[in-house]
Amino acid sequence: MEKTSNAEERLAQARALVASLEAGDEVEADRITEELSQGKDDDLFQEVGRLTRELHEAIVGFLLDDQIAQFAQHEIPDAADRLRHVITMTEEAAHKTLSAVEDSLPVAEELETRANDLGERWGKFRNRKLDLDDFRVLSSEIGDFLDLANAHSKTLNGKLSEVLMAQGYQDLTGQIIRRVISLVQDVEEKLVRLVAISGSARAVKQEEVELEGPVVPGVTKSDVVNSQDDVDDLLSSLGF
Amino acid sequence: MDKNMKILVVDDFSTMRRIIKNLLRDLGFTNVQEADDGTTALPMLQAGDFDFLVSDWNMPGMTGIDLLRAVRADPKLAALPVLLVTAESKREQIVEAAEAGVNGYVVKPFTAGTLQEKISKIFERVS
Repeated sequence: MEKTSNAEERLAQARALVASLEAGDEVEADRITEELSQGKDDDLFQEVGRLTRELHEAIVGFLLDDQIAQFAQHEIPDAADRLRHVITMTEEAAHKTLSAVEDSLPVAEELETRANDLGERWGKFRNRKLDLDDFRVLSSEIGDFLDLANAHSKTLNGKLSEVLMAQGYQDLTGQIIRRVISLVQDVEEKLVRLVAISGSARAVKQEEVELEGPVVPGVTKSDVVNSQDDVDDLLSSLGF
Repeated sequence: MDKNMKILVVDDFSTMRRIIKNLLRDLGFTNVQEADDGTTALPMLQAGDFDFLVSDWNMPGMTGIDLLRAVRADPKLAALPVLLVTAESKREQIVEAAEAGVNGYVVKPFTAGTLQEKISKIFERVS
């Protein structure tokens, strides 16, 4: 019954609104429009008020926990810094390694070229196809080459040591990342408690394909390919 | 395959750009330029006569897939061969890249051999 009378009342209001608009009575039209939306606004304000109170209580309860304050003020910013540091360290190590390799390649190449050249003429000498003058030249060049080989070996040794030392980043970054993992786990526990306090969490449906990044064993759960072969098979099934 | 062709390598990590550049140099390609994301790469592609684009997927600013779509949408660049080299390995992503018109897809970590094979394959088909 109440529903019917409510509907009738709104119908009457609507007619009055049309009438006032047709009559050009702006003031009356505004008044009726406001009246029509009044009921809905009241419900909305009550609901927002209730949610605000609940959220406030949840946050107050949450902040009372000293550990949370510690997380927010120190540990989370620290963790971000630590992870940035991991990026810097890995970047430096990669550059150091790449530089050592780039420096070593021409050194190794020179040794190879010179050794090949001398090897050819040494072969001729062994087959007695080299005259005395050529042998004198060869002999002095072999002497030079031995000096060069000595110096180049030292250079290569040094560069290889640099590569070796640069790998130290793995240990250091591993330790840093482990600390961040344990922090994330602590925060996760607290968040689960916050969700429990503030009611049910609503699942948000993701329509877009989210970027997954490098496959992390034990973490990556979506339908990923395991190798380049899988990629190739998938692409060829698509006509590539 | 023209060893003097102009190649643009796009990756937000400078180390990966360096590794790809070194591998390309080993394969005989020396005319290589770099960009750190799609936003930087697109104007370079539009301004310069690049013959080949090698791009990462996940980058800040403009991602590799958006760069690929922008390239295909630009009449002057539409025919440019594009190779994605990325850690993204979800099946639906590979399908998405294929639908966007990628020419090749290499998952990280990769080997020099894989890169060479994909590049040869792309240029066999293009020529």
